[in-house]
Amino acid sequence: MIEIRDLHKSFGDLLVLKGIDLDVENGEVLSVIGASGSGKSTLLYCINGLEKIQQGKILVDGIDVHGKDTNLNEVRQNLGMVFQQWNSFPHLTVLENVALSPRIVRKFSREQALEIAEKQLRHVGLGDKLSNYPSALSGGQQQRLAIARALAMEPNYMLFDEATSALDPELVGEVLDTMQLLAEEGMTMICVTHEMSFARGVSDRVAFFHQGVIDEIRPPEELFESPESVHLQKFLSKVK
Amino acid sequence: MDYNFHWRPVFKALPDLLQAALLTLEVAAISMILGVLIGLGLSLIRIHMKGPVMWLASIWVELARNTPALLQLFFFGFGLGAFGIHFSPYLIVLMGLTFNNAGYLAENFRGGFGAVPDTQIRAARSLGMTAFQTYTRIVIPQVLRIVYYPMTNQMVWAVLMSSLGMLVGFRELSGETQFFASRTFRIFEYFAVTAVIYYIIVKIILGASRLLAMRLFRY
Repeated sequence: MIEIRDLHKSFGDLLVLKGIDLDVENGEVLSVIGASGSGKSTLLYCINGLEKIQQGKILVDGIDVHGKDTNLNEVRQNLGMVFQQWNSFPHLTVLENVALSPRIVRKFSREQALEIAEKQLRHVGLGDKLSNYPSALSGGQQQRLAIARALAMEPNYMLFDEATSALDPELVGEVLDTMQLLAEEGMTMICVTHEMSFARGVSDRVAFFHQGVIDEIRPPEELFESPESVHLQKFLSKVK
Repeated sequence: MDYNFHWRPVFKALPDLLQAALLTLEVAAISMILGVLIGLGLSLIRIHMKGPVMWLASIWVELARNTPALLQLFFFGFGLGAFGIHFSPYLIVLMGLTFNNAGYLAENFRGGFGAVPDTQIRAARSLGMTAFQTYTRIVIPQVLRIVYYPMTNQMVWAVLMSSLGMLVGFRELSGETQFFASRTFRIFEYFAVTAVIYYIIVKIILGASRLLAMRLFRY
């Protein structure tokens, strides 16, 4: 379970998150929507400690992510992250991309790491690309590679930061399908997304961010059918 | 023109010249290895640190790049000698070349580090890699590819620059050539042959580096 209490985050003078309270239960899929600059992505970076926070608390399975004695590298193994720019490692083959961290972070043997990597790559439908370099892959395939790479750490949680925003329209579907597959398998996910159909169809709850606060958070059918917040109504009228 | 070419003494000295050529290659190669390691350190210091250590690194890079290599060599020879610190000609040349290589390579590396996007680091850290693992497994391999050809150039430059060693009494290829030439006064013949040897060495280095690149960089 991820518990967020009174989270404040600023970059210099710019206050980006102004007091976020949020619980994500195990097995839940939470979509986060909202305009650019509303703090959605920053929330994910705070959860896995890539960004420091100024106030508040984030607990992942009871561990205080920003605690002084917390081993962040250990926490991050539990939080798979998929970025907008898929960030595959260009100097490694598809298989090596996925096998690297099981080997050097989780200290598996080379054979075990390769086995885990191959399993995850087949899982996301890249079983025939193992020895290719990322440069030979399409954007959608590279994003699925990034998902497999995160899954190879066997995390309890997956964080998706606009995973489909940088993709050509015809490649969005394959990545969303993979995300949906994970959701159906019971993975706990927080998905920052601009894909309203995904938020609607796959998530258990949808959170609408507006100027650094959660303006409205409800199950998708309620949130999309009868939005209460004025800001959300305005936002939805624009994206539809 | 009444100059008669005499090649026989040169060919008789050829084994000695080739021996000296190996010495040239050796000092250039060692100065390159040290230069890469120190240059890497200097570039990381300049990227990540502030204060006196950073200033020292910057002074090193500035002096290495903006003063004549010959003066750098003289510093390690006659300069330190004036303070009573004496090194063998071999060490003087090795230190001078290493100083120069490290300075030039540090700037190449700095550019290389700048060319690897921060998002690569974020991705690696998000997988639980330590900062050290991120550098050694993700960043540096990509930097090495970016700086590979500048590094090859520097290696060529180190071989050619080592010829300055004859001015501090080092009997590498040029020093050895000078030694024979002054004994026989066949100056043109000796240096013509030596130029060919330098040319061949450089061509071999360039060829080898191209082959190595094909093996190393498949992506």
